[in-house]
Amino acid sequence: MQSNGRPIVVVKDLTIGWDGVVLQEHVSFEVRRGEIFGILGGSGSGKTTLLRYLVGLAQPEAGTIDIDGRGAPDLVSGLPPFGVMFQGGALFGSMTARENVALPLEEWTELPARAISAIAGTKLRLVGLEGAEEKLPSELSGGMKKRAAIARALALEPELVFLDEPSAGLDPELGVEIDALIKTLNETLGLTVVLVTHELASVYRIADRVIMLGRDEKRIIAAGDPRELRDSQDPRVSSFFHPKLEEP
Amino acid sequence: MPCLGGVAPSAGHFDDAATTTRAPSRSAFRIERERDVIRLTGDLRLAHAAPLWRQLCAATRDVSGAIAFDLSQADAIDGSTISLLMDLRAELVARGVHAEITAAPEAFRPLLRIYTAHPPPPRDGRSARRHPIEHLRDLARGARAEITNALDFLGNMGVALAAIVRDPRLGYWKSVPSHAEHAGADALPIVLLINALVGFAMAFQSAKQLQLYGANLYVADLVGISMTRELAPLMTAIVICGRSGAGYAAEIGTMKINEEIDALQTLGLRPYNWLVVPRGVAMLFVLPVLTVMADFVGVFGGMIVAVTDLDITPVGYLIETQLSVRPWDVATGLIKSVVFSVAIVGIACQQGFATSGGAESVGRRTTSTVVTSLFVLVFLDSVLTVIFRIFHV
Ligand SMILES: Nc1ncnc2c1ncn2[C@@H]1O[C@H](COP(=O)(O)OP(=O)(O)OP(=O)(O)O)[C@@H](O)[C@H]1O
Ligand SMILES: [Mg+2]
Repeated sequence: MQSNGRPIVVVKDLTIGWDGVVLQEHVSFEVRRGEIFGILGGSGSGKTTLLRYLVGLAQPEAGTIDIDGRGAPDLVSGLPPFGVMFQGGALFGSMTARENVALPLEEWTELPARAISAIAGTKLRLVGLEGAEEKLPSELSGGMKKRAAIARALALEPELVFLDEPSAGLDPELGVEIDALIKTLNETLGLTVVLVTHELASVYRIADRVIMLGRDEKRIIAAGDPRELRDSQDPRVSSFFHPKLEEP
Repeated sequence: MPCLGGVAPSAGHFDDAATTTRAPSRSAFRIERERDVIRLTGDLRLAHAAPLWRQLCAATRDVSGAIAFDLSQADAIDGSTISLLMDLRAELVARGVHAEITAAPEAFRPLLRIYTAHPPPPRDGRSARRHPIEHLRDLARGARAEITNALDFLGNMGVALAAIVRDPRLGYWKSVPSHAEHAGADALPIVLLINALVGFAMAFQSAKQLQLYGANLYVADLVGISMTRELAPLMTAIVICGRSGAGYAAEIGTMKINEEIDALQTLGLRPYNWLVVPRGVAMLFVLPVLTVMADFVGVFGGMIVAVTDLDITPVGYLIETQLSVRPWDVATGLIKSVVFSVAIVGIACQQGFATSGGAESVGRRTTSTVVTSLFVLVFLDSVLTVIFRIFHV
């Protein structure tokens, strides 16, 4: 879907890190309403960490984040206006896949149990988990956990979702299916998606715009349309898009 | 058919958060039934799902033959509402009704397509309630799994110990001192305090009876013998089981569910040698030492009562203790503490290794470590007391 109108996520001059160790500085970008926005970068460059700041799990030392014109993300006063899928799934271990998806619906809607269970069931089938509804996370494979986590992030029909590597670790076919699902939800519901990934195929397929975090540079080293970045002359960017085996 | 109308619930969490930037969430939806068509009009999104669901259930209660959900007048829809419609349709189909979703506007088609690509499984009328026999079967299965777990642990421990006896380098000895410090030095204050109080309370309880018979001095015999033979080893073991036993189970259980134990194995390390043996060795050293210290403070606790309440001099009390408590009394206490230390570490580590599933399983295993250990400690204490008595020691 082509993005339009005011931005839904505005990040200005943000510094991120852990316990005083700075990972990225002067991070500024905007996510427009209705677009699929990719965050790229090498392993350890701070993509997941950036996501923690965007959803309000970490407080910026410097810089500002604004979600939907309402200021910094706020996780204490009620339901945040977005869904989040963690890199490892973060499913609740004592609940079945269906209960994991049903939990937010139980907490935030008045629907009776049967209706909630129906919604949760459909969401799980949507991500290809039919037959695994009553399994505990410990009984799911890594990729299945990931998909259950996507279903949970979508449970409350949020307008904005943050997905941390949704298709990493899935087989290629399933990866394409998840991408197609994200794209369809984006096009039909206008869902805004902030996507952390290093699956290049997935980036070309669905991302409208991307930023790329440099691990050593500690800042954004490229931003724009992924197809343009692919042809970039900047060696740091092109080595990410066209990795080569070093000659000995 | 009456026309059923609905207005969105007043602003709750939902309206101000999840659906903020959508069309004004107060707009109404309507559900009308005309013979075999149910027309859904307006905003059909999750914010309105609860009244929508109620009204749809009411509107479809008495249908038979055929029914169509007509979406031509709907302004907005989302996956949740589609899920609800599909669930309703599945139920109607199970009742023998021909139900379908029709006339969806072009804009909804892709969403409908991905959601209806995976229809809910066909309903069978059987209730999900379980037969009592099935509960019994589960209980039996659970008990069998526990026994298998315990045997598994014993077997693995046997292998680990045999390997270590053959080649002592296979034990992870480096961590023994730190385990000894955690289990022993850190527990010292609480162990001493509790045992002093036990000695004190015992002397205080018996003081009145002893005075009655003019047998004041024998308070030293009473406290000395019962502390060394019985109470110091048992109380110390109980404290250590609550501190270290529970800790071991939680530590190992967490490692288990985080796949750290698997990781140890893939690194070529032996989890039992690595995790259990150093804890066991540390405990075999720590618990007897703590028990000896507990003997002393127990006697001291009794002495406070003797001096303040029974007109005995401290020296008199100590001499009487020395005359009455034989070395064997202390030794039986130490033998007990050695047996207890094996039990504490064994049960805790076994429960840790038996952990599977999620965080709640760690909690359950920790609890059961403490409960099982307490029972086993008291049981072993009784058995050993009887044995010592039989052999007159
Ligand atoms: N809980 C934590 N405490 C301290 N440092 C952390 C923590 N989690 C991550 N880090 C550090 O932050 C840095 C970035 O981690 P992050 O998880 O954000 O990387 P990433 O870009 O998401 O990598 P990947 O692609 O592998 O997921 C790493 O150097 C990591 O060591
Ligand atoms: Mg990451």
